[in-house]
Amino acid sequence: MRASNAISMPHTAQRIEAKIHGTAPFSERAAEVLLAACGTVTILTTLGILSVLAVESFGFLREVGLFALIFDAQWTPLFADKHFGIWPLLTGTVLTSLVAIIVALPLGLLSAIFMSELASARWRKLLKPALELLAGVPTIVYGYFALVVVTPALQAIVPELSGFNALSAGIVMGMMITPMIASLAEDALYAVPRHLREAAYALGAGKVPTIWRVVVPAAFGGIAASVILAMSRAVGETMIVAIAAGQEPRLTLDPRVPIETMTAYIVQVSMGDTPAGTLEYRTIFVVGSALFLMTLVMNIFSYRLTRRVEGPR
Amino acid sequence: MNTQQQRSRAPERAFYVLALAAVIIPLLVLAGLLYGVLENGSERLGWDFLTSYPSRKPTLAGILPGLAGSFFLMVLTALIALPLGVGAAIHLEEYGKRSRFARFIELNIANLAGVPSIVYGLLGLGLFVRTLHFGRSLLAGACTLSLLVLPMVVMVSREALRTVPQHLREASYALGATRWATVRQIVLPMAYPGILTGAILALSRAIGETAPLVVVGALTYITFVPDGIDAPFTALPIQIFNWVSRPQRGFVVDAAAGIVVLLLTMLVLNGAAIYLRNRLQQKGT
Repeated sequence: MRASNAISMPHTAQRIEAKIHGTAPFSERAAEVLLAACGTVTILTTLGILSVLAVESFGFLREVGLFALIFDAQWTPLFADKHFGIWPLLTGTVLTSLVAIIVALPLGLLSAIFMSELASARWRKLLKPALELLAGVPTIVYGYFALVVVTPALQAIVPELSGFNALSAGIVMGMMITPMIASLAEDALYAVPRHLREAAYALGAGKVPTIWRVVVPAAFGGIAASVILAMSRAVGETMIVAIAAGQEPRLTLDPRVPIETMTAYIVQVSMGDTPAGTLEYRTIFVVGSALFLMTLVMNIFSYRLTRRVEGPR
Repeated sequence: MNTQQQRSRAPERAFYVLALAAVIIPLLVLAGLLYGVLENGSERLGWDFLTSYPSRKPTLAGILPGLAGSFFLMVLTALIALPLGVGAAIHLEEYGKRSRFARFIELNIANLAGVPSIVYGLLGLGLFVRTLHFGRSLLAGACTLSLLVLPMVVMVSREALRTVPQHLREASYALGATRWATVRQIVLPMAYPGILTGAILALSRAIGETAPLVVVGALTYITFVPDGIDAPFTALPIQIFNWVSRPQRGFVVDAAAGIVVLLLTMLVLNGAAIYLRNRLQQKGT
């Protein structure tokens, strides 16, 4: 309360001054308006994204229709025989993201458990920033790893693996999103009240059973939120899949063959010379809209989960 | 008793090792990969590589236009994103903390931070390149990157502003200073090291971004250094992308060398951020 009183004081002072001089000093008002304008730019950004996506997508839908987008199993907008079924791009995106989550969930969760429950303060202090390094490496570098190092290495194990494939792109992407799961899940584990652990110990439970049957279930909401957020990051990730997963939209869940994700399609068209206003040009905004909606839903869902965990306590 | 204790200890040990491995293995893999890049790229790395233009012959190709492009992009992005981001942060922290408008902006920024970077590329293409007729220019690229890093700049600036003790503001008000004078003369100077560090980190993120620049239309084959903000451009990661996509082995070496240059640039930026923070903090206290 005291703090809020203190903050409202200059308002009163300004008001008194305004009454005496007729108005608040110009520089004061100018600053306030300018700063609010800076805040407004972020809202304009959102409006910009929405309107750019909506305008071009609307143009596409008027020409091709929603029906062709949903009830077609082929995506060939760049060929003479055009099909606009978005499913191959969707499955490509889901496939690479699933591989990434399969890699990142165990690694991230175990890392989180290690840092929250097992590590000494020294280990923790050393490993936490090191793990952040993984998230700081530019995605173009990960793309290089996937194509030049991981794919040839995997081909030694899985001979029928194609040069471009969802598997190695997904694995490398998993490495990239591991720190995200680790860091958010660690926060969730750390927030579990101490007395729950002590109660488990008092009942004779060992450290490992306490972790798996008390602490992890208690932090479930936060862990789920971290996984969903990581999934959203994987869905929107571009360069790794554009470099290593291929450019062949294909309706398959086989991780060994070339596929194309939504993001990789946008890159493919952008690298070519597609004039504005054409149907091909509009397809990237349609795909972008689908991508935007998918990630938005996942982000909101994840946000809600964290809020619910933090809320009632 | 003793044997029972030992039996219950064994799985605990095993689990400890497993969890430790989960942290360390990705780090070792990353270290191995980075070493591989360094080894692979070392045969091309050198002064020639930094000062040459791209070429059809991998052994003659250099990264100068990419390096210059990334540098100009970073300067422009800093000029656009920093005033906007810091301004928005001051508005949220010092002016409208509890207003409905501020809360709306806050939620909006949280959402923007989760938008995939390639969608910002589409925004840049539709808004800056087409609607505002910037063309596929350095300016369009910098504006796009600015909007991309804006949420991060706002967040780090807010954090820095929050570290300024409340009683300093109250003291300033008590002396009769207005709100803007307090912000300008008390709050900003104190928050400056934090804001600067965060800003450098945000820029170092921007320098590694590839996807939005590809969509905005950065070129992959440029044989000149951009001479104005309306010039076509390329950037370090775009050049690497181009080399990595080519089948010849020579270009893979070029890509590795380019990656080393990119990572070194980021390392220098991050090092500078940490150095500045430590120095300015010492000065402040």
